[in-house]
Amino acid sequence: MATLELLGFGQNGWGALLLVATLMTLAVTATALLIGAVLGTLVATAKLSGNVLLVGLGNVYTTVFRGVPELLIIYLIYFGGSSAVTAVGQWLGYEGFLGLPSFAAGALAVGIISGSYQAEVYRGAYLAIAKGELEAASAIGMNRMLRLRRVVMPQVLRYAIPGLGNVWQLTLKDSALISVTGLAELMRTSQVAAGSTRQYFLFYIVGGVLYLLLTSFSDRVFNRAERRANRSMPAAAMGQA
Amino acid sequence: MPGVTRLSVRNIRKSFGSHEVLKGISLDAEDGDVISLLGASGSGKSTFLRCINLLETATDGEIFVDGEQIRMVRKNGQSRPESQKQVDHIRSELGMVFQSFNLWSHMTILQNVIEGPVHVLKRPKAECIAEAEALLDKVGIADKRHAYPAHLSGGQQQRAAIARALAMKPKVMLFDEPTSALDPELVGEVLRVMRALAEEGMTMLVVTHEMSFARNVSNRVVFMRQGLVDSSGTPDDMFGSGASPAFRQFIGHFGGEQ
Repeated sequence: MATLELLGFGQNGWGALLLVATLMTLAVTATALLIGAVLGTLVATAKLSGNVLLVGLGNVYTTVFRGVPELLIIYLIYFGGSSAVTAVGQWLGYEGFLGLPSFAAGALAVGIISGSYQAEVYRGAYLAIAKGELEAASAIGMNRMLRLRRVVMPQVLRYAIPGLGNVWQLTLKDSALISVTGLAELMRTSQVAAGSTRQYFLFYIVGGVLYLLLTSFSDRVFNRAERRANRSMPAAAMGQA
Repeated sequence: MPGVTRLSVRNIRKSFGSHEVLKGISLDAEDGDVISLLGASGSGKSTFLRCINLLETATDGEIFVDGEQIRMVRKNGQSRPESQKQVDHIRSELGMVFQSFNLWSHMTILQNVIEGPVHVLKRPKAECIAEAEALLDKVGIADKRHAYPAHLSGGQQQRAAIARALAMKPKVMLFDEPTSALDPELVGEVLRVMRALAEEGMTMLVVTHEMSFARNVSNRVVFMRQGLVDSSGTPDDMFGSGASPAFRQFIGHFGGEQ
């Protein structure tokens, strides 16, 4: 009974906070994924450009942000960014510590990491497009922008969906690391609840179940999107969906 | 309009690195001409066709489509089109049919056919759909209009690709070995569509290995050899006693009786 009360929505219950925290995790992950989509697209474009300098920059990006621990990037952006802001504040005459908003800093940090994985997903998806289809687009008189919009983007998206499903899962789990900035997302709230009630097992298990719910639900969404995108694939490929 | 020159190509040259694939090819197509380009592989016939709509950029030479010259400039010793906009415009007037069909795999057959008219020519969609359905009916795959390319046979895909090119109401149709990727039993259905087009008066340039098409459908045969036009003429001349020794040897490989 005490357990139910702890998890409930009553006065002593953590239910409402956990629910809000779950939504916060979703929100920060979605924001990070979007930031990553923009960065990933830019980096993939750079790597595909054929320009030596751009290809080099793209390689540095994907190597660094896939090769350094996520937590370090978060510390770097949140604390490093905050001390930079504080320094600027002092220069302007403001005394005291200026922290970056933890949601924005966390989403940016995880987004940068997500972008390094998404870049590879988009690059692979672009390379999967049949060269002849691009040629047919040019031959019918499409300019580069029209070709990008009508032939390249829809196919990149189609080929990217399975990879993006993976990146979403990674990003969702990376978002737990944002708890170090104090953002009241699922990890942080589970921690606080566990600590203040001394019910470590209970709250960490509940937290884990909520993460599992999120990942399995998003798995379904991605599977459905994949099936939809695969309508145009040969019958053999459709069977795998 | 017979007597109107739809396509004029003068002295086209093309090199890949130090290797010269085309060594100066000229060709005129008047309205309604059906020209078969024959030649062994490596003779440059596909490259020549691809130079016409600038899928390859010729190293030298002039191209006129319906009297309009494609303006070229020289930069760092390389020839390139002066205006990409003009290139896109010219391309929209030339229908291209590829050996490997190259239908857009994420679109249905109908979407493939209306894509150019709606998005390149910016014509009203309803009108384009009506025309596209008539075209698909004409090439005999009206019942496949909502299918995706991957679910069609090669012959059906190629007929859809022809419909896609025709939907642009091109001045000239370019065919790059349209039946070479097909199983033998599917070649006939594509050739029948091409023959019907020829009989309607479409101006066509066809790179092919189908001797029966060259002989019975086209009104001119051009035989290319080592990057040059070896000989050309009417099918009767070319396949008759007037054939050059090289061409006679070439058609000898096809069994002769065709």
